[in-house]
Amino acid sequence: MGVQNTFLFEVATQVGIFAALALGLNIVVGFAGLLDLGYVAFYAVGAYLWAIVGSNQGNVAFGTEIFPLAPVWFFPFLVVAVGVAAMTGILLGLPVLRLRGDYLAIVTLAFGEVIRVVVNNLDKPINLTNGPQGIRAIQRPPLFFKPALTALGVTVDDATLYALYFYFLVLLIIGLAVVITRRLEGSWVGRAWTAIREDELAAQAMGIPLVRMKLAAFAAGASFAGAMGMIFGAKQYFINPESFTFMESIGVLSMVIVGGMGSIPGAVVGATVVTVLNLQVLKGFSLLLNQLRGTGVVLPIINYPLAQWPTQLDPAKYERLVFGVLLVIMSILRPQGIIPERRHQLELAEGVPTPATAAPVTGAGDDD
Amino acid sequence: MTGQLRLIRLYRAVVYPLIQLTVWSAASLVIISAVTLALAVVFNRQVAGGLTLVDFVVRTLPQVAIDGLTIGFLYAMIALGYTMVYGVLQLINFAHSEIFMVGAFVGVEFMLLLNLPPDQPVQGLLLVILLTTLLGMAASGLLAVGIERVAYRPLRHAPRLVPLISAIGVSFFLQDTVRAIEGLVNNAFFRNYPSFPALNEPLTLASVTVAGEPVTVQMQAKIILIIVVSLVMLSGLNYLVNATRLGRAIRAVAQDQATAALMGVNVDRIIMLTFLIGGALGGATGVLFGIRVGRIDPYVGFIPGIKAFTAAVLGGIGNITGAMLGGLVLGVLEAFAGAYLSQFTGGAFGSEYKDIFAFAILIIILIFRPTGLLGEIVAQRA
Repeated sequence: MGVQNTFLFEVATQVGIFAALALGLNIVVGFAGLLDLGYVAFYAVGAYLWAIVGSNQGNVAFGTEIFPLAPVWFFPFLVVAVGVAAMTGILLGLPVLRLRGDYLAIVTLAFGEVIRVVVNNLDKPINLTNGPQGIRAIQRPPLFFKPALTALGVTVDDATLYALYFYFLVLLIIGLAVVITRRLEGSWVGRAWTAIREDELAAQAMGIPLVRMKLAAFAAGASFAGAMGMIFGAKQYFINPESFTFMESIGVLSMVIVGGMGSIPGAVVGATVVTVLNLQVLKGFSLLLNQLRGTGVVLPIINYPLAQWPTQLDPAKYERLVFGVLLVIMSILRPQGIIPERRHQLELAEGVPTPATAAPVTGAGDDD
Repeated sequence: MTGQLRLIRLYRAVVYPLIQLTVWSAASLVIISAVTLALAVVFNRQVAGGLTLVDFVVRTLPQVAIDGLTIGFLYAMIALGYTMVYGVLQLINFAHSEIFMVGAFVGVEFMLLLNLPPDQPVQGLLLVILLTTLLGMAASGLLAVGIERVAYRPLRHAPRLVPLISAIGVSFFLQDTVRAIEGLVNNAFFRNYPSFPALNEPLTLASVTVAGEPVTVQMQAKIILIIVVSLVMLSGLNYLVNATRLGRAIRAVAQDQATAALMGVNVDRIIMLTFLIGGALGGATGVLFGIRVGRIDPYVGFIPGIKAFTAAVLGGIGNITGAMLGGLVLGVLEAFAGAYLSQFTGGAFGSEYKDIFAFAILIIILIFRPTGLLGEIVAQRA
């Protein structure tokens, strides 16, 4: 089915990329309880790393002739991207991880903005990122299996092949990411993160090296983003700073929270729900509405001809509105997320006071 | 005796903060100007227009300083909304930037509704702007209360991140709602504040010669208006928080909700009023901001919002005087970075980097003073 409908594969790949990002952010926010509002910065680091060496931009920036690197270099550079993003995470974490939670949130937010502004303006003095125009013609990973396919008598055009290829690559990486996070969660590192999240002081008293563990969480989360950024760049063929805004960070964060903080299946489900909502449901709804408008359907009961529905209220333009309402409803009705993690769920159940304990707070007398 | 006490209280609540604000603005201006001048002397060379760097700095300094103060006061007023809500709820009220934006839109709609001819005398305009500001305050204040009731109150006992997400949701919702309304009413999602020549005309305040350089200090009437209104609001807030029963209740709730409730403070009401006050300040700022920049759109709140939150953190979040100081410092820094960065680096780093500059300062200050400039050491809250 997918061979006929590359768009579905496109959506699935997008879901996969966001799922891996959500898994990475889940380590930082869900496991270690560090609020990171600039997660997309690491994504940008990975994307730009490959975009620069994997396109002509490298020659522009360094005045050489060796770029773009051959497609084979994609895979070694995936490892490099993981490393560089992790290093960036550590470099950012070192000064700021001593801060209390909310300060950390604002500093990571600031860092995200810093990376975006830098990327947007680093076309001078040396043209490293080509500024707002972005970098195009980014090298894609090698189609090493194409000869084998031709030998088998299967002829598919390159575009479809790449769509399939990225889909399976992302699927593979998600599988890997799930295994890694699962193993991390149960390891002593993961338990140390939980301890830090629950009570920093107590964790420190138990001999957990706070800064090192927080740095580890930052680096682990960032490395996921680095790898996915690189795949994103290669898949899109073109990147520009617009893809790395604060909204993306918030989007990934909301995936983690919609899915259930600290929950691995939750992160994947959250990413799926949010991405599909953005890419499919609203657009589909718009399309349907446009068709109905054309056929002159009248809404029953209120007797409203759909042809009068103003184009300014096209549902596809209001992703944020739907998304915002969803976030508020989610927070109020199901704060533990779609697939809650057990410990978080228990906490929530304990955290809500019974009416008896709440009474003195709300029922107190007048203040002045 | 009681008369004397009242005088002392009034001094503490109104006069002292005003003096403090003046000293701070002056101090941050003097320090930053001095640093800039020193840098200019060290790196002195020819810049565009046949001027040396020092000449350039001396000529433009007063204007940049005024710009910085204006932005600083606006940031300070927005920052107060963040810091007050944070004080009572330990919540980063992400929707505050949209509360600000709604204030700006209510203001512009009102002014467009009045449909004043552009050649108004200043006195009439001042009255109109005052009215618009009050209207913006009312709208934003009520909106903030509504948001608190719908999106935050049910989450009062949830883990900390949950209300934050709800706040982000409200923020998205408001952005797109305003966009939808503007799209329907006016077929474009931005609006322009009507411009009046009387307000834009630069008034020359002083004209002196420094080291052979002609330096004129000019201010548009609207800038004076913005600074005056901000000063009035900031002192009013100081009076409210430091000298009234309501202020005492707010401080009590910020310190310890449960104990405040035991002392007979109606916590829910105080939280509501905190949102009302913070929102009203945000709305007033929205109107003033709109008058300053002219064109507004539904996403106009985002950047000032982040900056103001940065200012609140810079000053020590939860601390009202800290938010004012942080706003002023950030505004002045930003204006200086925006004006001089490109000249100092020979065009390599332009004014686009002024945002980074602000954030870099934030990070540096937080490294050396993790609780902000005036923040107290607060126990880690889970």
